[in-house]
Amino acid sequence: MVPLGAYIAVSAALFFIGCAGVLVRRNAVVILMCVELMLNAANLALVAFSRRYGAVDERGSVFVIFVFVIAAAEVAVGLAIVLSAYRNRPVVDVDEIRAMKG
Amino acid sequence: MIQLVWLIPAFPLAAFLIDGLFGRRWLRAWTGWIASAAVGASAIVAIGVFLEVLGGKQQTVVQLYRWIGVGDFQVNVAALIDPLSSTMLLVVTVVSFLIFVYSNGYMAEDRGLWRFFTWMSLFVFAMLILVMADNYLLMFVGWEGVGLCSYLLIGFWFERPEPYYAAKKAFVMNRIGDWGYTIGIITIFLVFGSMNFLDVFKRVEESAPAQSALTLICLALFFGATGKSAQLPLYSWLPDAMEGPTPVSALIHAATMVTSGVYLVARSTPLFAAAGSSLEVVGVVGAITAIFAATIALVQFDIKRVMAYSTVSQLGYMFLALGVGAPVAAIFHLATHAFFKALLFLGSGSVIHGLGGEQDMRRMGALRRKMPVTFWTMLIAGGALAALPPLAGFWSKDEIVGAAFTNGHVLLYAIGIVTAVLTAFYVTRALWMTFYGEPRDRHLYDHAHESPRVMILPLAALALGSVVLGIAIGFPPEQGFIHRFLGPAVEVPGAVEHVPELATILVLALVSVAAGVIGIAVAISVYVRHRPDATAIARAAGPYYRILVNKYYVDELYDHRIVEAARAFAGASWAFDIHIIDGLANRIGWLLSLSGTGARRLQTGIVGNYALTIVAGLLLVLVAYGGYAAGVFGR
Repeated sequence: MVPLGAYIAVSAALFFIGCAGVLVRRNAVVILMCVELMLNAANLALVAFSRRYGAVDERGSVFVIFVFVIAAAEVAVGLAIVLSAYRNRPVVDVDEIRAMKG
Repeated sequence: MIQLVWLIPAFPLAAFLIDGLFGRRWLRAWTGWIASAAVGASAIVAIGVFLEVLGGKQQTVVQLYRWIGVGDFQVNVAALIDPLSSTMLLVVTVVSFLIFVYSNGYMAEDRGLWRFFTWMSLFVFAMLILVMADNYLLMFVGWEGVGLCSYLLIGFWFERPEPYYAAKKAFVMNRIGDWGYTIGIITIFLVFGSMNFLDVFKRVEESAPAQSALTLICLALFFGATGKSAQLPLYSWLPDAMEGPTPVSALIHAATMVTSGVYLVARSTPLFAAAGSSLEVVGVVGAITAIFAATIALVQFDIKRVMAYSTVSQLGYMFLALGVGAPVAAIFHLATHAFFKALLFLGSGSVIHGLGGEQDMRRMGALRRKMPVTFWTMLIAGGALAALPPLAGFWSKDEIVGAAFTNGHVLLYAIGIVTAVLTAFYVTRALWMTFYGEPRDRHLYDHAHESPRVMILPLAALALGSVVLGIAIGFPPEQGFIHRFLGPAVEVPGAVEHVPELATILVLALVSVAAGVIGIAVAISVYVRHRPDATAIARAAGPYYRILVNKYYVDELYDHRIVEAARAFAGASWAFDIHIIDGLANRIGWLLSLSGTGARRLQTGIVGNYALTIVAGLLLVLVAYGGYAAGVFGR
């Protein structure tokens, strides 16, 4: 049996990789992928806790379903934005898309 | 038929909506005939209602719906149909119908024809609401409505500056009068707790409130009436109102709207009778206005202005009648005056139309050969105005001065007789200068023409009314049909009916006729035989003549004393608004935009910065929560 700590460690590692990706990368598509990574890190933690404390409360795994749905929606909206921004100006570098700055 | 009384205002309202919505693009010249047909339909219903009231329905309230209901206080949109209001309905609709038909000819070439008939229809609607209302508040709706239409129609030719200024003047002066009306109805509500005519009159009869309150009510209402009916001190808008098209002058500023003040006071007779001396104020103001305006009319050269001052003077007669306790005579004179004065105006309009817009009598003359029908009808109307028997004006005016005499107001009687002389003089002068003598302007005379039939027929109809109306409803004097019909409705119950003896009536009538004949004779002597010559009199009278020509300098007085003060106050208010109110708003806006300038630097537009901020915020929260959970910050 894999101990809980290992799951949490993998989850935390995934989360910070995703977080760093969001902060560092400029390509909008890659940023979206990194956001996915962060969401799935959270999913892994939720499933692990749910498995561990299943006798007490198994609702944690239900949240995973919610996160899937939200992730799907987020990707749809995010890609749509990226696509329309790309049609407007053929770049995917988020630092170049700054027409709405104050 | 009485239950259908709401049809009477509904027709003009429908015409207003149809003409207003579709007139400009599609109906164009048809607007006039639609409006005329609508008013004609109203007149037919009004005749039916009148006949039914005549048949014995003394007092009917026809409720349309409840307008305001707060506890015990109720105001309904309801019509009070009694002899007084049914008479007014009849006069208003019939005279309006004739003038509408006439307007089809007079306004035919005007680009704004649809606008004219839209507003005229709205006016008739408002006037009918004013007349039908069963409470002071609904009456006020009509009261304001006619004021608005008067403004719109005086300023009908707003491209020129004079009509625009005249319209503004009329509106402002009417508003000053409305202030009095408003004070009146608010006080009525406070004192009686109701605005319904019948309730208020019943309560006055049962337990009259304090004299001071009643006097305040009556004087405030009368002040409102002086505004609408052009009495001193608020009369000076009416002569200027002649800038509007002539049918407007005939309908609004002679026959109907300006009589609404008379109607208001006649309607409120129970209040005025209970309020001691306020009736005397009414009588004295009326008498002074009558003679004051008549003297100005003596020297005017604009044919419409003569008629305008004559209207002010005749309205003065009506208030004189109300003041001496003869409301029936006042309404009688209102009805006959509506016919012969509308006729005088429409006749003047026909002359102006025939001369291509000329209004100055000094450039007319000898027009009777060119415009025979206009001449004869105006001659009849002039005779009625000069109170020659058996024309309509004689019977009504004779009753007014007769009532002044028999009710013991000798001074008012004397003023009435003197005014009658002046009236006969100026109307003879006006007719002479227009229709007799030599043509003073050859060019105008050669191009003069009689008006089309659509204008002539209403003249003839009004002339018929000016001839027969007086003798039909006013004979025998003091006991004629109109007394039997209106008497119970407007006279105070219990008041002693003062029917003088036959000999007195005859002597009074003789004096009135003599007054008219003297006025005419003097005018003919001056203008036909030049003995004495008019210009010689003017020169001899010197400063007095100049005072009259300048209308007693009342306009100048108002300008200097009131208008300038008001303008200075308005200027100060404007400066306060611009510098203090607007200044404050501008300062606040400036502050806000300053703080915005600082804050907008946060919006870099770089997504990475935002993401970094989110992560930093999350870390901050986590650290804070962790510290809190670990007890670093204490519990």
